[in-house]
Amino acid sequence: MAESPKIKMDEKMKEIMTGYYIEAKTASETGKKVAWITSGGPVEPLIAMDVIPVYPENHGAMIGASKMGGDLCERAEAMGYSGDLCSYARSDIASAVIEGGPIGGLPKPDMLVACNNICGTVMKWYEVLARFYNVPLFIFDTPMCHTEYREESKRYVKRQVLEYIAFLETVCKKKFDYDVMAEVGRRSIQAQQLWQAVLDTAMARPSPMTAFDGFYHLALIVTLRGTQIAVEYYKDLLKEMEERVSRGTGAVPNEKYRLMWDNLPIWYRLKWLSRKFAAHNACLVADTYNTAWCRSLRYIHSEDFLDSMAEGYTRMYLNIGIDQMADTIIEMVQKYKADGLVMHSNRSCKPYSFGQFDIARMVRERAGIPCLMIESHMVDERSFSESQTETRIDAFMEMISSTPH
Amino acid sequence: MNELSLFIQAAAHPDECAARIQNQGKKIIGYLCSYTPEEIIHAAGAHPVRLFGTGETILNADRHLQSYCCSLARGVLENAVSGRLDFLDGAVFPHTCDTIQRLSDIWRLNTDFGFFADVVLPVKFDTESARDYLREVLEKFKEELERWLNITITDQSLGRSFEIYNTIRKKLTELYELKSENPELISGRDLAAVVKGTMIMERDSLPDHLGRLIAEIKSGLYTRSDTGKKKRLILSGSICDHPDFYELLEKSGGIVVGDDLCTGERFFEGEIEQTGSPMKAISRRYAERTICPAKHVSERARGEALIKKVKDRNAQGVIFLFVKFCDPHAFDYPYIKEMLEKESIPGIMIEVEDQLPPEGQLKTRFETFIHML
Ligand code: SF4
Ligand code: SF4
Ligand code: SF4
Repeated sequence: MAESPKIKMDEKMKEIMTGYYIEAKTASETGKKVAWITSGGPVEPLIAMDVIPVYPENHGAMIGASKMGGDLCERAEAMGYSGDLCSYARSDIASAVIEGGPIGGLPKPDMLVACNNICGTVMKWYEVLARFYNVPLFIFDTPMCHTEYREESKRYVKRQVLEYIAFLETVCKKKFDYDVMAEVGRRSIQAQQLWQAVLDTAMARPSPMTAFDGFYHLALIVTLRGTQIAVEYYKDLLKEMEERVSRGTGAVPNEKYRLMWDNLPIWYRLKWLSRKFAAHNACLVADTYNTAWCRSLRYIHSEDFLDSMAEGYTRMYLNIGIDQMADTIIEMVQKYKADGLVMHSNRSCKPYSFGQFDIARMVRERAGIPCLMIESHMVDERSFSESQTETRIDAFMEMISSTPH
Repeated sequence: MNELSLFIQAAAHPDECAARIQNQGKKIIGYLCSYTPEEIIHAAGAHPVRLFGTGETILNADRHLQSYCCSLARGVLENAVSGRLDFLDGAVFPHTCDTIQRLSDIWRLNTDFGFFADVVLPVKFDTESARDYLREVLEKFKEELERWLNITITDQSLGRSFEIYNTIRKKLTELYELKSENPELISGRDLAAVVKGTMIMERDSLPDHLGRLIAEIKSGLYTRSDTGKKKRLILSGSICDHPDFYELLEKSGGIVVGDDLCTGERFFEGEIEQTGSPMKAISRRYAERTICPAKHVSERARGEALIKKVKDRNAQGVIFLFVKFCDPHAFDYPYIKEMLEKESIPGIMIEVEDQLPPEGQLKTRFETFIHML
């Protein structure tokens, strides 16, 4: 089997992330404040206040990718945390306590910001952190939009934007600069647009990238959106992908089948999965996870970033009803011309996984494509059954290849 | 028939009880969580019924919810899609844990009982904006009920419902006090049935039933003979719908003298003030009552409340009773356990699904724990 071509920007990503973590870990020397924030949380005001945002979830992903999740999760269990809890939370909590993991623990926070637009787990997780580090916690509450974004939610979230700013002013002991904020907002939108454009290159046949590549290059849109670094990075990445498209270079040599992925990645099995699908000439061209970070583009505007951000953050992918999630997937199936949907039934993430059976049914009925379900705990490798997953993927690919395209 | 048997019957056969009430022309609204504004449903002339897990095998719910979903959500859904809840005219889903959020979506798309509402409560109660939002959400829920039933829910009818609920809650508090002072007056199993009964039976007559029940209890009608010295314990968790649990515990030498359950004290704690805006009054009770782990008032509120309860009730230990796969409770366990340890209060944790662990195993765990006290 031909190897997938390497993305040149991989190196750049490594460099940026290393620099970012060094800056964060030396914050106490440079006098900068560090905030821990959830991946779907409103990070832009932090950037505007020159606070270094640190993402325990990104940390969780690193732990998973370096296959240290099983060990850390076990330690969390020894501390009394049930093995059924989200493995990001378990591994991060353990690594905080023992200062372990791939980078020896995250830099200590001066404040915590938990936004529940992805799950209720983050609130519980950040309460644990608030007790452990004894620092202030701001809960940015984004009422779930099962069917709509209601007027009363709108008012509530907007009020919280102001409370959030007041919270930052207190912790940072300085005034919030609205001009800087406007600039950060513009950059955040620009980075999200670029990220969307990068993902859109996967519409090409063959696709220049896979969702697995996306999981790697996603780090900056999660971690540094609102900075110029992210903007420049995605410009370059976009250029590389566009060049691939014009040369007809596919991420999967001999791309024959195009699939979609749902849910978080199985971090400790990324390479294995990507090889597995590539061996079947299948390319994962799109997914619901990478796109979650540009979904709010339809609601936010640079003219009134702070105000429109309330809506953008409240209507995140996981904060909507499963019927809207199914609509989103079906749109993507059509946009990226997918032949099948691979759903990761993720024991770690209940809000992402419960409802998948219903979503699969809707996708099958309305988009007419088959769905595969594979189960794991995304960073706890102890839970993964390789042989079972392999058999299921093989059977699924056989089914796809026997249906006419 | 004595009063107690009424409650026991309702608790054992909620469907029959609800169907009877429905025959009197009332709409039946099901709910799963103790943050359901029952008072508004009652003021609308409808009848709120709490839904519990199933004793049946999970067959149909498996097509909607994975095996790693808590047995409460799976059980209720199983009952709903298998036709066992056909007495319902509707259901309401307050915002609580992630599981219930998705259960609500699945319910909305797969069942057809008539009325359906999400009551997207705030996740925190410690800020003014959250409490204002809570009030508005309750107001919206009231309007939804009004539209569905084509009625107006007046402040008077709300006031009347508050009155009834306040009385019910006061009487349940009194019952718990009686039990705590004289544990032999009523068994844990029966007391649990009484509380469960109040989530199912017709509410208007409950104050009278409870009044008579208390008189009967005081007269010694249900006094137990096995009055051997028992260790006083507090039960903490989400729900306990296992009558055998209490019996087994008592056989093992323990007795529950108070709880931190949402099928127990968290459900009936606190009164609604009769002054000012009704929705504000309901939200004030939510903000002041002992918090559920899916909600936030402070980082240690639950631990502090539990320790206070242990001391107030003169208890010697805590049993954590968790539903497997219940995230909010599982997250709080390590810190609360640690807080208890600092106070030298022993605790054990027992995890259950729809069924209790095998009797022998549970009994051994109880006995070992109780011996240690
Ligand atoms: S439960 Fe899901 S959304 Fe929440 S932190 Fe874990 S993986 Fe992320
Ligand atoms: S534990 Fe919380 S969410 Fe669960 S039923 Fe009780 S109050 Fe509701
Ligand atoms: S038992 Fe726990 S997980 Fe299940 S519905 Fe109640 S709060 Fe949610």
